[in-house]
Amino acid sequence: MDATTNEAAAAVEITGLTRKFGELTAVDAVTLNIRQGEIFGLIGPNGAGKSTLIKMLTTLLPPTSGSARVAGFDIVSAPAEVRRHIGYVPQLLSADGSLSGYENLLLSARLYGVPRAERDERIGRALARMGLAEAAGHLVSHYSGGMIRRLEIAQSLLHRPTVLFLDEPTVGLDPGARETVWERVLDLRDRFNRTMIVTSHLMDEINEFCDRIALIDRGHIAAVGTAAELKARVGPDATLDDVFIKLIAEETESGGSYGEVRRARRAARDHG
Amino acid sequence: MAKSDAPAAPPAITADRRPGRLESFITQTFAVAAAEVQKLRHDPLELLTRAVQPVLWLMLFGEVMAQVRGVAPGNLPYLDFLSAGILAQSALFVAIFYGISAIWERDLGVLQRYLVSPAPRSALVLGKALSAGVRGLSQAVIVYILALLLGVGIDLNPLSILGVAAAIVLGSGLFATLSLIIACIVKTRERFMGIGQVLTMPIFFASNAIYPLSLMPGWLRAVSHANPLTYEVDILRALMLVKGASDYGLPLDFAVLAAVTAALVAIAAVAYRRMGY
Repeated sequence: MDATTNEAAAAVEITGLTRKFGELTAVDAVTLNIRQGEIFGLIGPNGAGKSTLIKMLTTLLPPTSGSARVAGFDIVSAPAEVRRHIGYVPQLLSADGSLSGYENLLLSARLYGVPRAERDERIGRALARMGLAEAAGHLVSHYSGGMIRRLEIAQSLLHRPTVLFLDEPTVGLDPGARETVWERVLDLRDRFNRTMIVTSHLMDEINEFCDRIALIDRGHIAAVGTAAELKARVGPDATLDDVFIKLIAEETESGGSYGEVRRARRAARDHG
Repeated sequence: MAKSDAPAAPPAITADRRPGRLESFITQTFAVAAAEVQKLRHDPLELLTRAVQPVLWLMLFGEVMAQVRGVAPGNLPYLDFLSAGILAQSALFVAIFYGISAIWERDLGVLQRYLVSPAPRSALVLGKALSAGVRGLSQAVIVYILALLLGVGIDLNPLSILGVAAAIVLGSGLFATLSLIIACIVKTRERFMGIGQVLTMPIFFASNAIYPLSLMPGWLRAVSHANPLTYEVDILRALMLVKGASDYGLPLDFAVLAAVTAALVAIAAVAYRRMGY
């Protein structure tokens, strides 16, 4: 597989991907292609299936049916190869607070098989790039939210993944820290042509930074396109917020009972 | 910021050259255990709080029971007999609640980081087992110091100490892996605490830790024979004490511990995957 020679090559190819939790279908026959070097936004209401979709693509959760190839490898038949080629910054706090920043990176480097001779150099460079060189020896429990996020991004990049998943990377961060995180993300794409799949609830972020966007609602893809394309579907002066509200509202006409909500919330609690 | 890593054109992204499978397996296993050592170094106070329980057992229970004749076999003083059992017990107590840290890591999100790495699940689980072994060893240091202070006849031959260390690492790994399997099934701290409490008592009392099997009724002796802790204590009693001896023979003891640990690691490797759901 040589995706780098072809700009339009798909970094992620999803075909009819479905995941059920009991009666609830969290992700329902999603088909989607994400190109190499693209910053791709996933938006949708809480419990729409974004996290479930990402968990399947990162091989944390096996699909009920359908298939997907990530960085050229099948998520079901070659999960270890997929994991070797992706980076994942989960929504939850994934850096270990009882270790220092350096120790967190060392753990990642070892788990990902970064050659011993290159470990210190790569860790040092990652720390510098994320503006964490001075805090490297401090316990992560003393870091600010923005520093932890940058450390987690550094951790997920040490092994030079082709596809990076960022689940709500700016949640809980102040505007300054948010901007720093996005600066680093754009920098990575521009320099290394990495593919990024980002979820967020902040429409202005998605609008500004994502090349293309998929709107997910109740496990379905409600719309895919550039921010401009999606906005044009709603009206001449529409914002992405309007797109979100309009398209989700159209979908909601067709159903949504108390029982469904209860099942969705229970599934989100048990499996989220 | 370094300029050297900023080429003009997007470079081909090269995957890392692969070391051998066994080599990476070992690196990944030790990476997990090394993180545990680093954590202990950052928070050594935790070790002191863990020292309280063995102190109480040896100084309160031990000093009284030492007055009762005929509990320990042969010419072995009861406090000597007990100190090996208390070492096994304190390592057991640390290990059996080890699963709770996995649930904690899952709730936080740290566990997802382990699970999205290419490390085989068996390497992650074995690394956790080894981490519990590290904590068990720290308990051993405490019990050794305490036993020496109480005048227990401790065998300080380096080979014997090495054997004790091996038994502690194996035993701690075994019970920590059992604990991890339970954690993967119950997934919440509340449910886990209940099961952990229920499990500790029979494992501890249905063993040779504080009295010999010869004092037990037949059915309890049979249960104790099926309890891995009995074989761990048997090794400790033989190697830790000057006057101690093994009932079953060290090769059998080590074989039982190694086989049970291997089986549990295999089960845990499958169960651990479900922690990502």
